[in-house]
Amino acid sequence: MSEGLATVSYIGAMILFILSLGGLSHPETARRGNLYGMIGMAIAVLATVFGPRVSTAGIPWIIAAMVVGGSIGIYASRVVKMTQMPELVALMHSLVGLAAMLVGFATYIDPAASSHMTGAEKVIHEVEIYVGILIGAVTFSGSVIAFCKLSGKIGGSPLLLPARHWLNLAGLLVVLWFGREFLIADSVDAGMTALIVMTIIALLFGIHMVMAIGGADMPVVVSMLNSYSGWAAAATGFMLSNDLLIVTGALVGSSGAILSYIMCRAMNRHFISVIAGGFGTGGAPAPAAGAAQPAGEVLPILPAETAELLRDAKHVIIVPGYGMAVAQAQHTVFEITRLLREAGVDVRFGIHPVAGRMPGHMNVLLAEAKVPYDIVLEMDELNEDFPDTDVAMVIGANDIVNPAAQDDPSSPIAGMPVLEVWKAKTSIVMKRSMASGYAGVDNPLFYKDNNRMLFGDAKKMLDEVLVALKA
Amino acid sequence: MPQVIGVPRETAAGEKRVATVPEVVEKLIKLGFHVRVEAGAGAEANFSDEAYQAAGARIVAGAAELWAGSDIVFKVRGPTADEIALMHEGATLVSFIWPAQNAELLEALAAKKVTVLAMDSVPRISRAQKLDALSSMANIAGYRAVIEAAHQFGRFFTGQITAAGKVPPAKVFVVGAGVAGLAAIGTASGLGAIVRANDTRPEVADQVKSMGAEFIGVDYQEEGAGVGGYARVMSEGFLKAQAEVYAKQAREVDIIITTALIPGRPAPRLITADMVRSMKPGSVVVDMAAEQGGNCEFTVPNEVTVKHGVTIIGYTDLPSRLAKQSSTLYANNLFRLTEELCKTKDGVIDVNMDDEVIRGTTVVKAGEITWPPPAPKLSAAPPAAAKSAPTPNKQSSGHGHGGRAEQSSSVATVILFAVAAIAFWFIGAYAPAAFLGHFTVFVLACFVGYMVVWNVTPALHTPLMSVTNAISSIIAIGALVQIAPPVDPGVARPEEWIRWLAVAGVALTTVNMFGGFAVTQRMLAMFRK
Repeated sequence: MSEGLATVSYIGAMILFILSLGGLSHPETARRGNLYGMIGMAIAVLATVFGPRVSTAGIPWIIAAMVVGGSIGIYASRVVKMTQMPELVALMHSLVGLAAMLVGFATYIDPAASSHMTGAEKVIHEVEIYVGILIGAVTFSGSVIAFCKLSGKIGGSPLLLPARHWLNLAGLLVVLWFGREFLIADSVDAGMTALIVMTIIALLFGIHMVMAIGGADMPVVVSMLNSYSGWAAAATGFMLSNDLLIVTGALVGSSGAILSYIMCRAMNRHFISVIAGGFGTGGAPAPAAGAAQPAGEVLPILPAETAELLRDAKHVIIVPGYGMAVAQAQHTVFEITRLLREAGVDVRFGIHPVAGRMPGHMNVLLAEAKVPYDIVLEMDELNEDFPDTDVAMVIGANDIVNPAAQDDPSSPIAGMPVLEVWKAKTSIVMKRSMASGYAGVDNPLFYKDNNRMLFGDAKKMLDEVLVALKA
Repeated sequence: MPQVIGVPRETAAGEKRVATVPEVVEKLIKLGFHVRVEAGAGAEANFSDEAYQAAGARIVAGAAELWAGSDIVFKVRGPTADEIALMHEGATLVSFIWPAQNAELLEALAAKKVTVLAMDSVPRISRAQKLDALSSMANIAGYRAVIEAAHQFGRFFTGQITAAGKVPPAKVFVVGAGVAGLAAIGTASGLGAIVRANDTRPEVADQVKSMGAEFIGVDYQEEGAGVGGYARVMSEGFLKAQAEVYAKQAREVDIIITTALIPGRPAPRLITADMVRSMKPGSVVVDMAAEQGGNCEFTVPNEVTVKHGVTIIGYTDLPSRLAKQSSTLYANNLFRLTEELCKTKDGVIDVNMDDEVIRGTTVVKAGEITWPPPAPKLSAAPPAAAKSAPTPNKQSSGHGHGGRAEQSSSVATVILFAVAAIAFWFIGAYAPAAFLGHFTVFVLACFVGYMVVWNVTPALHTPLMSVTNAISSIIAIGALVQIAPPVDPGVARPEEWIRWLAVAGVALTTVNMFGGFAVTQRMLAMFRK
């Protein structure tokens, strides 16, 4: 295959990738979008393998590597549970980061890649390698930590080292200094030292960055790492002068960046403050908020009474949160929904953008449980309907239904858009205990007169509700 | 030794309620108590002795035996002198007492050295709502008042257009929007009437609207909320303005339901003889304050009278007229109180005078009159001053903050543009042409990505991430071209190292490539209508 044909194939792949992302604008077209992505990827890989840049001697190696990788990938995609999606995605990001690092190192030690370069061109090439490895390393270690946090191998609470901002700043200065060393190095060996020191610092930085972020900020982190993996690919593209990599990397990078932005907006927090880590530490008077402790009595309810309320209701909105994912309760939720819908009750789901541990997490879980997507609505689509709702059932969510976000300007989550479940005639909150949510803010919702608490494991309680409904 | 709860038959004439129901008997037994019920106690409320027996209660033949054998007696109405005589020292009585109106009754009970908890004295704080029997009875009374009115009223409540002609909807005016008033509003609007309501406490306007009625305000500045969320006596000027409003409503509406009460005082005279005269013939007035003297000048307690063609209902036993419902709710209130009294669940009550709710409810403690209790700590409705004060505060601070945020964001935009301009200038001035080509592609791709991704529906954010993740394995190409590139002769190349790095890179990215697309496919297949 000639250089020209390879380039044209690349253009085709780029278009298919763009169509692939475009297809995701609606569930109907999404499957076709995914297909476009696969075709694009196949074209890109085939055009490269049979293109002018790979000699036939390499093909056995390539096939061997792809068979190994491909079978692992397909196996993983088959066995993964939908509740584990965030972990899987984080793990996959780490692979992209690691691959970017490896490609960067390989390019650097390959004299053929830069033999014909001089002056500014060579400097830019080396900067690209340096930056490519840097982003790759941060993506890699950050994603590994995110994976560990999401799968529960590391606790979800943020690790806040003293003077952590200064540590990061010092790391950045060291990276810059070694960048200079790297550029003026006259041999590959001399440059390698600087490169390795930088890689270690970047790895540490990635670890530190994600360690400092708590569980409920994970949607931002996951989408941010998604973005980084794209930028890593784009940097690699610059390094290899490959437009396909640049375009794809930029697409992925901007997609992840937009998701991060949407997530931050849904929490009414600044991207910087999420990344800087910790909650409410950005100068917000978190302890002072204790003055506005909600008071009153919490009214518990039994599963049987819950079933009765649901049966007598005309309009029901279910608000799922991370607790539903933890308890694996989505199938029971669907069974309840089905029974109620058969009985003529209008049941809908209200999804907060940051419910769960990654963007769209709840939608995927509900889809897995066969809940039709046209009754799963976004916060903005149904937030005004709560006053006409008879029962709002909150399953394992807390901060996203906290009225303090609207009423209490001193609350750490003030200004965060929330689902206004308290405006429903009755709200039922399923919760294991009275412990406060991730943000450490007490929830005045629990003390409202029209709120009832259904204490216990969400799955167990919902099973009992289901039994009572069937009876 | 578990204590015995006794439930006698109500002796007051016309009283159909009973202080416990079989469903609650079970719950009381679960708390550890023995329950005895006098034979026939629930007959008027359609609860048979067998039902009580099935729930675990013992049926006792006569009142004398029941009173003598009970440590705790649950009743609806306050006890008669005969009943007090039957009580033994140290026993506990729970019922309605109305201590303010019944000083002698209180003295008689104290002389008997018993403990008395008055269900009408439950403090009005949010914690005590579930044992607030006044509210549950008022709710029933409000419902029943409308039903009685409908019974006497000669027309439909709801407006209809029939083949035989048009029927106008009934107009109902509810005076006093307490629990009873709100229940009346809800019932009347449920029947299809046009409902209006008035109350001296302006803060209930929202509740009135939420029940489906129009709030008729009195245009006169005065604050009507007293301690504990009840109404209080108003000034003369206000009363005059109020009377004008009522007179106007009386001319327009078909049914007036009055619920105006001020604690410890006779009911205010709100509907004068003139107002009744001005009403249309066939109209109905239901005076729910008949027991305390009535809101209407013509009211005769316990009777239905017709004056100037207007039917005036003065029933004082409205909850009793819905005996099954009111008994059930009252029994539940009593059960909640018992829960408070018996936190250990061992069948023995503890009248803990440090508990705000129990302190307020207890009117006689072991022969000592403890009524009236100290003033409630918390008012159910916060005074309007406190309510309105933070509002402007909030607004101004919110506004100031908004202004700052706007300013800072526009400054940030300017800085961002400046930085971008400098960076672009720098790149343009120094970078070689080949780099600029790639750079152009990069910037354009960022914008394409931006445009495309904003269209993605939030429900598909997870598939979006997994598909972009799969696509980012395009980095495999970087590794592929390094495995075995055609090399210019004469260039020494660390083949082994590069190959292994590249092979590892290919393997890692293909995990992603295949895994990412496959899992996305799996996820998308689940989305269905």
